[in-house]
Amino acid sequence: MRKITGNKLLVKALKEEGVEILFGYPGACTIDISDELYKQDYTRVILPRHEQALVHEADAYARSTGKVGVCLATSGPGATNLVTGIATANMDSVPLVCFTGQVARNLIGNDAFQEVDIIGITRSICKYGVTVRRREDLGRILKDAFYIARTGRPGPVVIDLPKDVMAELGSADYPETVNIRGYRPNSSVHIGQLKKAVKMLQKAKRPLFLAGGGVNIARANELFEKLVDITQVPVITTIMGRGAIPTNHPLFIGNIGMHGSYASNMAVSNCDVLFSIGTRFNDRITGKIHEFAPNAQIIHIDIDTASISRNIQVDVPIVADAAEAIEKMLEYVEKCGSRDWLKQIRRWNEEHPLMMREKPGVTPKKILDVINRDFSEAIVVTDVGQHQMWTTQFLELDHHKKLLTSGGLGTMGYGFPGAIGAKIGNPDATVISINGDGGFQMNIQEFATAVLEKLPLILCVFNNSYLGMVRQWQRLFYGKRYAMTELNPAKEGEEASPYRPDFVALAKSYGAYGIRVEREEDIADAFAQARSHTDAPTLIEFIIDAEELVYPMIKPGGTLEEMLMG
Amino acid sequence: MNTKNIMRNRWISLYVENQVGVLSKISGLFSAKSYNLESLTVGTTEDPTVSRMTIATCCDEETFEQIKKQLNRMVEVIKVIDFTDMSVYMQEILYVKVLNCDQTDKDKLFQIAQAFRAQVVDYGHYSLLLSFLQTASKNDAVIRLLKDEFKTIEVVRGGSVGIEAISMADR
Repeated sequence: MRKITGNKLLVKALKEEGVEILFGYPGACTIDISDELYKQDYTRVILPRHEQALVHEADAYARSTGKVGVCLATSGPGATNLVTGIATANMDSVPLVCFTGQVARNLIGNDAFQEVDIIGITRSICKYGVTVRRREDLGRILKDAFYIARTGRPGPVVIDLPKDVMAELGSADYPETVNIRGYRPNSSVHIGQLKKAVKMLQKAKRPLFLAGGGVNIARANELFEKLVDITQVPVITTIMGRGAIPTNHPLFIGNIGMHGSYASNMAVSNCDVLFSIGTRFNDRITGKIHEFAPNAQIIHIDIDTASISRNIQVDVPIVADAAEAIEKMLEYVEKCGSRDWLKQIRRWNEEHPLMMREKPGVTPKKILDVINRDFSEAIVVTDVGQHQMWTTQFLELDHHKKLLTSGGLGTMGYGFPGAIGAKIGNPDATVISINGDGGFQMNIQEFATAVLEKLPLILCVFNNSYLGMVRQWQRLFYGKRYAMTELNPAKEGEEASPYRPDFVALAKSYGAYGIRVEREEDIADAFAQARSHTDAPTLIEFIIDAEELVYPMIKPGGTLEEMLMG
Repeated sequence: MNTKNIMRNRWISLYVENQVGVLSKISGLFSAKSYNLESLTVGTTEDPTVSRMTIATCCDEETFEQIKKQLNRMVEVIKVIDFTDMSVYMQEILYVKVLNCDQTDKDKLFQIAQAFRAQVVDYGHYSLLLSFLQTASKNDAVIRLLKDEFKTIEVVRGGSVGIEAISMADR
């Protein structure tokens, strides 16, 4: 029998699993893996400039393609730098396989150079994690890793590879089948429960669909739209569920939650049947938990049993993949709902439409309006903060436009690497990244990656010189004491200094394009210029007013009906 | 009254992969999610690749449902059995060392041992070592009693281990 090293088997596994892209950063414990990757040409290696950016890139690659994102980092600091990205992927159910180097087995536990217990560190933030302790287990563990990452509720898997295990000779076989006795993802729908749910929906006077990220992950958008068209039941979405149906659909009301629209939050508070699909009922969407949907019977479809009746007690639980459940539902459903209910929702929308005060100059709304008007297809990736909330409020989505955002963990620094990962996975798509001046600086080194990979990204920075979302809380609830949120403070007695860094100059220093927009009439032109660049990213810095706030807003811990309207 | 909110003792029997790190993953779940953990015992089974745990927790029903679901979704967990309302055999070993005893104390201890069907397993000039094998709640009672009666005691307990009654399986 031909024997090969573990390193060779890993590279073989990547090919068998169809891994065309690997995001990797080298180190002493993984140098042999790098060497094997160098010798083959199936898997293309992307070299980011920081492991945190690396894992976000793999994450956005996975979110935008539906494939498993693959990371390789070395032991110790390489591995710990992945932690934030693993937690981000875990919260938003993103399939990742992260390979980490590990010191040789005889050194484990010695506090060896660049040794950490990464499996221990990531235990509570990944779907599965294991150190490969025997060469003969390697093939099976690799096979299981990809299977676990992409099936059921997808999530990150961490595989820790001791250097000596990887150097050892062993079987060249890569298993074809998976058999994990403790892991059998649900693959059918309980028809009885589903019929009960449909009956409940059919009888309702004020029915409402709540679509979460599960609908997007299951790629059930078109099926869901069909369901909505047949039933004529209005739809609200979570931030992760935005785009579950096109946002210009007549039955789409808006997002719910802390910065959801008035009509959406009123609808959920007043509906009598809430039919929810693929959501965890996170505290940011429920507000005060005991007063969420107080008048409603709740139906909940989710692939993850543990997400059902966890935050909200539900009346009809259905464990299933969103696409499979909706497809089955289409066999039974008929038109339901009432005209009065739709009229009521429209009335709420007219009373308090989602809007931003009209004023002269560059405003977030005007920037998003241009994106909506001038881009018929795009993948939009956000960072975290005010700009993210404005984007989720005002960005129009349909089957040609996608939104990627760190919803669950709220990870600043996601926006730039996320755009890189999305573009690498979708070379023909227009990729727009929307960031604040705070979060953009958390992974700003990725200019090097984007320029060297020749990625024509459109990188928007909404610069208000503040960590705007925290500032908004300080503005509203902390007596305008802007502690730790001013990014460019003027020293006593001095005039305000120019912003550091000079984003435009910085972009140029990397070989990217840079445009600063300070006038409203230059917004569209900046986007047009950025679009014309095909060989490198373009940064567009929009200077905006720090007094621009995100409204409506539910006070932390308040109920959905108590909204600050601005 | 809503029975769902009643805090009470509940038990789980868990089959898990006998692998490095599984115990810390299970106990880590309880600490990460702030679940109460009264006791946890673990040992290998007739199949050396499988370990079996008995977990005791005090919580309300909603939390207990969550605990079972969270355990179930772990890749290393093979089977979760709720022992709470099942017919099971469950016992805990308890050692109590009573120190600074005079003769009267010792006489009393022998009586207590007889009453609880405990064994006196070791004996010194001024001390006695007792071993009890009974339910965890009876052990609680013994500890309370001995604490009241004697000045210095030293306690170690093993945690409950449980198995389904045969009559259950036959039915």
